Amino acid sequence: MKYVDEFRDPRLIKNVAREIARHADPDRHYRIMEVCGGHTHAIYRHGLKDLLPENVELIHGPGCPVCVLPMGRVDDGLAIAEQPGVILTAFGDMMRVPGTRGTPLELKARGVDIRMVYSPLDALRIAQTTPEKHVVFFAIGFETTAPSTALTLARAKALGVRNFSVFSNHVTIVPAIRAILDSPDMRLDAFVGPGHVSTVTGCRPYEFVARDYGKPVVISGFEPLDILESILMILRQLRDGEARVENQYRRIVPWEGNLPALRAIAEAFELRPYFEWRGLGFISQSALKVSAAYAAWDSEVQFEVPGVRVTDPKAAQCGEVLKGVLKPPQCKLFGKECNPEHPIGALMVSSEGACAAYYRYVHLGEPVTV
Amino acid sequence: MCLAIPGRIVEFSTEQPSLARVDVAGVKRNVNISLLEDGEVRAGDWVLIHVGFAMSKIEEKQAHDQLRMLSALGEDEMAMDEIRGYSFADDSAR
Amino acid sequence: METIERELPRVRFGDAQIEMAHGAGGKASRRLIEGLFVPLLANPILETLSDSAVTELNGSRLATTADAYVVKPLRFPGGSIGELAVNGTVNDLAVSGARPLGLMAAFIIEAGLAGETLRAEVEAMADAARRANVSIVGGDTKVVEHGCADGMYVATFGFGLVDPRARLSPNAVREGDRVLLSGPIGDHGITILLARGELDLEADLVSDTRSVAPFAQALLDAAGSDLRWMRDPTRGGVATALNELVHATEFGITLFEEAIPLRDEVRGACEILGLDPLHIANEGQLIAVVAPGAADAALAAMRAVPGGDGAVCIGEVRSKPARAVIATTSYGGSRIVDMLVGDPLPRIC
Repeated sequence: MKYVDEFRDPRLIKNVAREIARHADPDRHYRIMEVCGGHTHAIYRHGLKDLLPENVELIHGPGCPVCVLPMGRVDDGLAIAEQPGVILTAFGDMMRVPGTRGTPLELKARGVDIRMVYSPLDALRIAQTTPEKHVVFFAIGFETTAPSTALTLARAKALGVRNFSVFSNHVTIVPAIRAILDSPDMRLDAFVGPGHVSTVTGCRPYEFVARDYGKPVVISGFEPLDILESILMILRQLRDGEARVENQYRRIVPWEGNLPALRAIAEAFELRPYFEWRGLGFISQSALKVSAAYAAWDSEVQFEVPGVRVTDPKAAQCGEVLKGVLKPPQCKLFGKECNPEHPIGALMVSSEGACAAYYRYVHLGEPVTV
Repeated sequence: MCLAIPGRIVEFSTEQPSLARVDVAGVKRNVNISLLEDGEVRAGDWVLIHVGFAMSKIEEKQAHDQLRMLSALGEDEMAMDEIRGYSFADDSAR
Repeated sequence: METIERELPRVRFGDAQIEMAHGAGGKASRRLIEGLFVPLLANPILETLSDSAVTELNGSRLATTADAYVVKPLRFPGGSIGELAVNGTVNDLAVSGARPLGLMAAFIIEAGLAGETLRAEVEAMADAARRANVSIVGGDTKVVEHGCADGMYVATFGFGLVDPRARLSPNAVREGDRVLLSGPIGDHGITILLARGELDLEADLVSDTRSVAPFAQALLDAAGSDLRWMRDPTRGGVATALNELVHATEFGITLFEEAIPLRDEVRGACEILGLDPLHIANEGQLIAVVAPGAADAALAAMRAVPGGDGAVCIGEVRSKPARAVIATTSYGGSRIVDMLVGDPLPRIC
């Protein structure tokens, strides 16, 4: 596959891995956070940790939109699904996420009309072909996915499709990064920046990390070569005492971002004053709600949602894992009460959640360094 | 977040200006290209696809440059560092 | 008549309701079988949990197997439910080292199904049976109300005699054994996913449904008792089949990522949807574990079978990590290949 295979070239990967080993100062222990859950998944899928020296440690960040969704919001979405005449549509990622009374798949088994879609446009099409039902799209994702939801809303409005609405749980990445940086437990040296979010936001939004906190940020692609090159670029900056934003994913990420995408978001969404992030607490200006101009397509306006706050079980340490303070196996429930078949927290059920990735991809008995 | 993959534009839809047919290793799908600027892409170009939308054009030249540089990595490390403006003396001290 | 004292069955399955995952062939299915069926039905043959049940009969070994076919849509590129029903059961017998002697078929048909559709399926079954050299010797038919049975469900039961040379068992597996695969994976599962039409993906892909009995035969001829174990990796894919094997041994299996044969289109669809090809169902492939000394001959024999040119060695049995399947890349990365949890779901993240 073009633009995939070349970036999995074993010879080039070995080249970069060797350079990383050369650049890693043996007297330092590097803690690098990859913000994006997609990077977490890629790191495990390609076994990249095996290629890094012992003193280069990757910490998994909170960039997993399913993982940070509070259980109460899942319940809200399912409550809408149980309304008569509603078809709830969602990405595959959502189908096994537990609410207090079950996952979407479990509710579907009990007869609730919940359908998986690959694109929000598919949800709109279902609305057009089943005019007697109301189709709700359970929107999740960071800035990568928000433009797609925005354009779908615009299309619904333009076509006058009235039996369609969006339950928005879109969140934005910068407040999460800031929350990590401001956290007292934080001991990070640098960030591998979110590659696909940046196709929309561009690279400027991360400049504050370098400027105000003195940490390098390298915006990275998702193939093995991309992630390794980004780590190398970080090590070079740290070696030279530098802190700036670099774009490793140059072939795809435009420095200024995607203007049509940003415009679409601005039109269809507004920033919520605050939003609860599972494990991180309430963060201001960190999430998107459907804008007033699109109120007729906002599920939260069209339906009553319980809006009940559900706290995680005390023993579940999703928050600490999300912040990178704990590694998944250090959570008391990991692998026992909480496993991919019976997940307690979303980090175990989401394919890019740190716990799921660790559980599925890591060697049994791997030693854990704190 | 962000399962997005590269695909090649095969043709633009004649009925819907915002749609293009994209090929990913032989699998074809209609993809919405509203997020790309008008005229930014032509048939044969590669784009990054996410949830049925093209997010960005893939710059072939950037990709080649990057691969070429990674290929040369380590073969002539000192020379590469000079190109980046690091002083030779500093490196030899490490 | 002898009465056998038995302990009270220890049912370990306590799920409040049955979910789709329980039929997906992965962990949930396993929990259901091991936790509910095995304790209650309790008998030594069942407890081996192999593809076919083998009973000693006057010095011979009789293999019997049952399988149910539930597929939507009924017809798809490369085949249909009828063909699956015949090949699937023939394959279960074949990987147990048995030559299929006969099949029986039970039909559960939805009222309102077009007569033509049923005829087409029975014709497909007749064709598949002819090609597999097996007769369908009996069966049953029931009709259920409109709205049930997705058109039709088919359950097939097969029986055959196990080849005397076959000494197949997870217990026979040894460190250093090679893992062989008959051809590219994922064709069937992805074809079905695309045929459902919900994902708006188009590809030139067909189901790989076929009898793998010729492969099983070739392996027995070439390797004899050096052939340790065979399986047809259906629901749950290669990953699930190999995980089930290692859990019954003290060994692990290491797969070579780049050796796993994959058609471009399957790869493309899996990349788009975020699926792992090792978890995708196959209906015409066979995995075999053979002693290292017999591996070359075994592979050559598989390649000599018509349609076997894609046969390849995909991995090895190792002592560590025990009871796990891992995949390594040529650049030194490795990952655990776990058993499927529920149905493989496309993801966007």
